[in-house]
Amino acid sequence: MTTKPEMTAADIAKAVAGGQLSALDATEAALARIKQHDTVLNSFTDVTADRARAKARAIDADIAAGKKVGPLAGVPFAVKNLFDVAGLSTRAGSKINRDRAPAKRDATLIERMEAAGAVLVGALNMGEYAYDFTGENVHDGPSRNPHDTTRMSGGSSGGSGSAVGGALVPIALGSDTNGSIRVPSSFCGIFGLKPTYGRLSRARSFPFVASFDHLGPFARSVTDLALAYDAMQGPDADDAACTTTRGLEPTTPLLANPVSDLRIAIAGGYFQKNVFPEAVEAVSRVAKALGATQIVDVPEAARARAAAYVISTTEGASLHLDRLRRRPNDFDPAVRDRLIAGAMVPAPLVDRAQKFRRWYRAQFAEIFKSVDVLIAPATPCTAPKVGQVTFNLDGVELPVRANIGIHTQPISFIGLPVVAVPVPLELLPIGVQIIAAPWREDIALRVAYALEKMGIAAAPAPRGL
Amino acid sequence: MAAEPLDDYIDAVSKALALPVEDAWRPAVRANLEVSLRLARLVDEFALPDETEPAPVFSV
Repeated sequence: MTTKPEMTAADIAKAVAGGQLSALDATEAALARIKQHDTVLNSFTDVTADRARAKARAIDADIAAGKKVGPLAGVPFAVKNLFDVAGLSTRAGSKINRDRAPAKRDATLIERMEAAGAVLVGALNMGEYAYDFTGENVHDGPSRNPHDTTRMSGGSSGGSGSAVGGALVPIALGSDTNGSIRVPSSFCGIFGLKPTYGRLSRARSFPFVASFDHLGPFARSVTDLALAYDAMQGPDADDAACTTTRGLEPTTPLLANPVSDLRIAIAGGYFQKNVFPEAVEAVSRVAKALGATQIVDVPEAARARAAAYVISTTEGASLHLDRLRRRPNDFDPAVRDRLIAGAMVPAPLVDRAQKFRRWYRAQFAEIFKSVDVLIAPATPCTAPKVGQVTFNLDGVELPVRANIGIHTQPISFIGLPVVAVPVPLELLPIGVQIIAAPWREDIALRVAYALEKMGIAAAPAPRGL
Repeated sequence: MAAEPLDDYIDAVSKALALPVEDAWRPAVRANLEVSLRLARLVDEFALPDETEPAPVFSV
């Protein structure tokens, strides 16, 4: 049996476990696709071929010995380069971090993926220090959109979106502070899960904004997304924010449960403004398919986005303060200048933003008493051109970089779980956020699965390769 | 906030934090600070009870 680019992780794992495909062949196929296409996509910054082959051979040996293998046996995957990978310096998209000593141990989530049988094939390009929505990187070049390589992948997990959208690997991991999983999912036409804040361990990943940072998976199908998510759950003493109260809550067995009992509404007000027609069309298709007609106004979402911006720029400045002093010229200037400005925001304004955050969370708690799911755009538009500086939103010319995440920021601000589902429009795909109450990833995934089965959400084959 | 007072503020904070701001970066730093302060003011304008707790370490 040979692999095809469209093979899902579930297909690969089933074939490997059943002996129809070797883990080594699955790995070699991914390495070959990376070699063939990544000169254009520029999604990988490191390819860990030797490590991957060794891991794959070990899985094949286990199967030959009759040992039980995990649910992701032989599935190639890759990680945003802010995850520690043993033997690599964790560059987090920066020039400065390349001087760090190589990591001695993998990030927790890599360990859990590999414990489930997955095979790490490399580390992925990203916006510098994750302060980015474009997928562009001044040091490594932009990761490119697999459907039109003149366009952005979205960021900051740009390489993750590009590699999965381009079918180089079926699963990638990324991080989402203000939208960095959901934005590249939207632009690259793939599924992405930003779990509840504190659900998945961030141990041994490079941070950005501690109170907003989440890690999560990207995939080309909802089943693959759930398989990866389920494999990575569990408490971890190495991440202070990782939940100790929630047990393992597997979602894969629940995916096919009906959604007819769910109360699904469209996020109104702020979430219906500042959108291009393609975002309106995508939300409309999803709402119609789910029979959602109720519109719920989310109070003060614009202020929530503002507060998220303030906390991000100040916590980010705090994280990088010493690097800004010692090596300011080694930053991407656009990142440096935002961080310096962040260092100058008076502390009382940051405290006000954190207090507002608690107020805003209470408003959502009220909403979730009468609604199970909210639908909202993931991005205002399909992927802009690489290097595009402005776009015209509701008649106002605005900077692209700062405004791509306007619909994702008010959601991650309070840590809600979201599945970004790709809606394959005629020209380019665009994502829709399926937002659930805290700890109800199962509901968001169930709705995403239903949309996939109805043919409304799908990861289109890469058109730009 | 007018550009000039903000420049004075940038100079003062730059010195207080020992944070370099070269002349070539100043316009971008100032523009970013204007955005940050504008958005911070939007939050600041929202009245909250005195008893409101911040959520610096957030749990849901």
